[in-house]
Amino acid sequence: MKIVKVAIIVFPGSNCDRDMNHVLSDVFKLDSQLVWHTDPLPNNVDAIVLPGGFSYGDRLRAGVIAAHSPVICEVKKMAERGMPILGVCNGFQILVEAGLLPGALLKNTSLSYICKWTEIIVKNNKTPFTNKFKLNQRIPIAIANGEGRYYADKETLKSLKKNNQIVFTYAEEINGASMRIAGICNKEGNVVGMMPHPERSAEQIINPTNAKPASLIFESLLKTLGVTA
Amino acid sequence: MPSFMVNVIIENKPEIVDPEGDTILNDLILKDKKSSVKKVRSAKMLRFEIEAKNKESAEKAVRDLCNEFRIYNPLVSTVSVEIFDN
Repeated sequence: MKIVKVAIIVFPGSNCDRDMNHVLSDVFKLDSQLVWHTDPLPNNVDAIVLPGGFSYGDRLRAGVIAAHSPVICEVKKMAERGMPILGVCNGFQILVEAGLLPGALLKNTSLSYICKWTEIIVKNNKTPFTNKFKLNQRIPIAIANGEGRYYADKETLKSLKKNNQIVFTYAEEINGASMRIAGICNKEGNVVGMMPHPERSAEQIINPTNAKPASLIFESLLKTLGVTA
Repeated sequence: MPSFMVNVIIENKPEIVDPEGDTILNDLILKDKKSSVKKVRSAKMLRFEIEAKNKESAEKAVRDLCNEFRIYNPLVSTVSVEIFDN
């Protein structure tokens, strides 16, 4: 089987990096590696994941300080080359603050930290992380965030829709997000950001309903990288 | 070189829902009594102490770093800058 190398970028305050590493390495048998944010990316990386957590304690705004980390310049270069890049939760916030994805993530309307199981719906099944899904397929998935309310102005929302950049929406009203958006991608589709946590949902032992749909996010990456059909 | 105090107020644009401001208004100020207050908006303030030739260059330096370091997200927020002698 082809060995695929995935870099998981670790910032001060990341806390889902090891969960992500476990899922990528132990469950999906990828050669995943934790990379400290001031270190260079390892050679021959095939994909990059920015994990969840509270980089820099969410100071100023979630993700904004990490977005100025040295490694982000390299992440931007890889994004331009079309490499699959996934940002989960704080990783999504960092991708937005780095300008790799449009919009903003604001405090949830309830002002509460929301930690629960919910369902999201696949709205774009062409990205490297969603190509194993059927359109409108539902994914039972964990969410855990305080600043997860995706916001974009009317013009940006219009452009997101036009370019098929809305990847996931919540099946229920959850935090006041514009158009219930849970995840988006860049215009090219290779950079995907999502607030829910696939790494907490892709194994049956920790998923109270059905882990299969969430695992398709990682299986899609395997397909994209030519590991599986 | 003279030193100045620069307050940077980061406020979400009017179209952005502000649940904190709404809660302060509805559940504190307007609670159990009438008030002439019609609206409350929450914001974040950063206070910089900066050395500069004069007020103008202090303001420019702070505005520049607000943009360079994305102190505010221009999609959702505005900044206003106030300068005082330190």
